[in-house]
Amino acid sequence: MDKQKSVQELDEVVVRFSGDSGDGMQLTGTLFADASALFGNDVSTFPDYPSEIRAPQGTVGGVSGFQVHFGNRKVNTPGDYCDVLVAMNPAALKANAKWVKKGGIIIVDVDQFNEKGYQRAGYKTFDAETELNLQDYKLIFAPITSLTKESLKDSGLDNKSIVRSKNMFALGMVYYLFERNMNFTERFFEKKFAKKPEIVEANKKVLHDGYNYAANIQAIANKYEVKQAETLPKGRYRNISGNTATAWGLIAAAEKAGLPLFCGSYPITPATEILIELAKRKDLGVKTLQAEDEIAGICTAIGASFAGNFAVTTTSGPGLSLKSEALGLAVMTELPLVVVDVQRGGPSTGLPTKTEQSDLMQALWGRNGEAPMVVIAASTPSNCFDYAFMAGKIAMEHMTPVMLLTDGYIANGSEPWKIPSMKDYPEIKPPIVPEGTKDYMPYARDAERLARGWALPGKKDIEHRLGGLEKDFLKGTVSHDPINHQKMVDIRAEKVKRVQEYIPEQEVFGDKEGELLVVGWGGTYGHLYDAVNEMRKAGKSVSLCHFNYINPLPKNTGEIFSKFKKIVVCELNLGQFANYLRMNFPEYKYMQYNKVQGLPFTVVELVDKFNQILEGK
Amino acid sequence: MEEQYTNYTPQDFKSDQEVRWCPGCGDHAILNAVIKALPEVSKELKYDMERYVFVSGIGCSSRFPYYVNTFGFHGIHGRAAAIATGVKVANPTLSVWQVSGDGDALAIGGNHFIHAVRRNIDINILLFNNQIYGLTKGQYSPTSPLGAITKTSPYGTVEHPFRPGELVIGAQGKFFARSLDVDVKLTKEILVEAAKHDGTSVVEILQNCVIFNDGAYSHITDRENREDRVIVLRHGEKMIFGKNRDKGLVLSGLSLKVVKIGEGGFTMDDILVHDAYNPNPGIHMMLANMQYPDYPVALGVIRNVKDSTYDDNVRDQVLEVMKNSKIKCVDDLLNSGDTWEL
Ligand SMILES: Cc1ncc(C[n+]2csc(CCOP(=O)(O)OP(=O)(O)O)c2C)c(N)n1
Ligand code: SF4
Repeated sequence: MDKQKSVQELDEVVVRFSGDSGDGMQLTGTLFADASALFGNDVSTFPDYPSEIRAPQGTVGGVSGFQVHFGNRKVNTPGDYCDVLVAMNPAALKANAKWVKKGGIIIVDVDQFNEKGYQRAGYKTFDAETELNLQDYKLIFAPITSLTKESLKDSGLDNKSIVRSKNMFALGMVYYLFERNMNFTERFFEKKFAKKPEIVEANKKVLHDGYNYAANIQAIANKYEVKQAETLPKGRYRNISGNTATAWGLIAAAEKAGLPLFCGSYPITPATEILIELAKRKDLGVKTLQAEDEIAGICTAIGASFAGNFAVTTTSGPGLSLKSEALGLAVMTELPLVVVDVQRGGPSTGLPTKTEQSDLMQALWGRNGEAPMVVIAASTPSNCFDYAFMAGKIAMEHMTPVMLLTDGYIANGSEPWKIPSMKDYPEIKPPIVPEGTKDYMPYARDAERLARGWALPGKKDIEHRLGGLEKDFLKGTVSHDPINHQKMVDIRAEKVKRVQEYIPEQEVFGDKEGELLVVGWGGTYGHLYDAVNEMRKAGKSVSLCHFNYINPLPKNTGEIFSKFKKIVVCELNLGQFANYLRMNFPEYKYMQYNKVQGLPFTVVELVDKFNQILEGK
Repeated sequence: MEEQYTNYTPQDFKSDQEVRWCPGCGDHAILNAVIKALPEVSKELKYDMERYVFVSGIGCSSRFPYYVNTFGFHGIHGRAAAIATGVKVANPTLSVWQVSGDGDALAIGGNHFIHAVRRNIDINILLFNNQIYGLTKGQYSPTSPLGAITKTSPYGTVEHPFRPGELVIGAQGKFFARSLDVDVKLTKEILVEAAKHDGTSVVEILQNCVIFNDGAYSHITDRENREDRVIVLRHGEKMIFGKNRDKGLVLSGLSLKVVKIGEGGFTMDDILVHDAYNPNPGIHMMLANMQYPDYPVALGVIRNVKDSTYDDNVRDQVLEVMKNSKIKCVDDLLNSGDTWEL
């Protein structure tokens, strides 16, 4: 090791890779995150990319970023501000400089800071350092493009391929900075470009040259070390993103129920990866149908559910709007169905690649008629697995559609996950009607859950007809009788309410009573937790109540609220959950903290807000 | 080994529900034909009763599943094809029948219709074409002729109608047949053929809505003229029609032409033989598009071509991948790929 450089030990570090959307920043960030996780750090990632596949090159609108937060203890968010920023061009620097901690390291590809680069990014001068006020940062101007060209001049590759690998030069530099082992990344090249050995070699060479360059220049004064996370429980780990975890949780539910999984879906950002992940899993008998649109997606799923598969459909906001009518059909026919909505910025096509929590009202009520549905929200990339599993369990055991809400932030984000064992998950026992059941009544219900039986086509003596028209209370035949309709509306509502008996009580992080209760739901968990934790360490009377079960709400919800002087509901919308709570528990007063910028909360802004509330401002 | 199957009668397939179509509605006759076809299908394919699933959308015709004593699903407007697709993929052993009106299948459900056909999923689509919206009381449909006067087109429609056969064949359909509601015998015969066909079978049934579009097909259904104005196609048989069986179809250049046998130098040898199995859609398309008065309207199975089906392909692919994969259960999956120990 280089004796002149000192190694500084840190507990946690945030690195942000940014560049043009063609610069491969998502891959660079992912590789770095994976290498850190394999090293034994806890990791949280945040991909932030533009919705246009190819926004004009070099412009601020085309900047793609990937943030990696890693530490020697549990890491709950991708971090508000970064310690190291890699900016592959002037636009990336302009867009991201404000996210760097004072004194942080900024590595830029100085080759791109030419007249054209400055102009495209809309600078007023040709001096980024002064214009962006970067005097307090450690700026490293590295000729990344020209060094990459130099590195590969004998490779035989064409110029375009050579320039494309400059992201690996940058990655090599960051690997040096954090003493990362490059084996994992090399193995990745070998797998990914198995058929193109010259590309594998080129990438390896550039990566190493980047590493060595960083070692050689005196500009980087220190190396940094973030030790293995020792607070994490022992066991076998893997990295997982929210969308993959969702897909796998659904497969797990199908396995526990002993039924094939069917997914009818239509691609939409940011939900598509769930379909992609499921499509790979034919080896586990998963059937995926890429339908002609969202309506067909959910309708094929309803058909598959009628025929006895565990059926799911996946989508994001605008797709959910299209599915509304069919959701009502699923409610009416009382068939199991899981609908995954990966929320993104709205309304309409809104901010397709950005995160938001503004589909809550749609999930709860976006249907004609009284059409109650169980609504669940996952809160971290890895717990998407558990809540997808639970969504399946509730859908099948209670014979009801279940909406699972995730969001772009947790869907795309990833974290190391201690691999669970399926033997630790509960059985799923759908009420399948035995063949040959005499006098089968399609809408007769079990007394506890109020679930009707699931009678599968192909089985003798239980032939029946389902559909969207109102049902007779027992026979399930069409009935327009007024009193019957009232009874059916009531029982469908009661059925959803009864799910309360089968979900865990709501937990509180922190004291069970005090000054301030922070309330949140879904993907904001990590930020809210860190903010509350930070305040508690500072001796403030703050607790967190973070919801995963939304409809029905856990039984003890009101009791929790009653123990706090103030309640603040924090969400990435204008107050949809707050209003829902006002409706359910009007006896309490709810303050709100809302942000609708297509971005997650930052811990800093949350702490500021909570302090203001405590100070009575 | 001799397979067990029950000898069903039409009565077995009648449900106990009161049939609520208007008296005289063509739907009654179609129901009758279906109920007669099912015992025959059961016998030929050795299907038990519980194997049938009837799926529909919304419309008068879509009430059909209630009247058949099997599994049934009355869906939402236009989405029957999607629901039926899900049923069939979930359980390919089921015999799935879709019943849709022209509005249900071709207007709101047009997208699902063409994609079901394109995928060649093994379902039987019965398209009840009355050229009107029945249930909503008489608005024009995508098959109403240009200029049709209806409640929503008091001055006549200004839109061109779909021709279902053309749509089916254009979407790479492998099976298309046409029948008349009043011809129960022909309808039944076609339905049996449709059931035996592996892949999407579309059977267009020209259906009279006595209330909102009475007589839409009277020019071809009237007893007096029927034989001169329709031609019943049967595979391997000459394309002859007419009360006296003296008219036929020949190919003239790139078009079909109606000729009188023995006149203008045309003999029986010139008359085309119907080849429903020909994969080339050219003549099938012309036959499906024939319209009165220039041509007789073609009835019977116009196109019946073998090809792999979506549901078979799905099943085969799943089995193949399962066989070759090391991942056999969720625990395997969770532990696959890059993992590490802490
Ligand atoms: C989403 C939706 N839009 C509109 C309707 C109203 N609607 C019900 S049936 C129908 C048309 C029925 O016509 P067709 O499919 O030709 O069937 P027919 O009644 O003639 O058998 C319409 C417009 C509906 N039920 N759902
Ligand atoms: S309205 Fe027309 S299609 Fe509907 S039942 Fe009456 S006759 Fe039949």
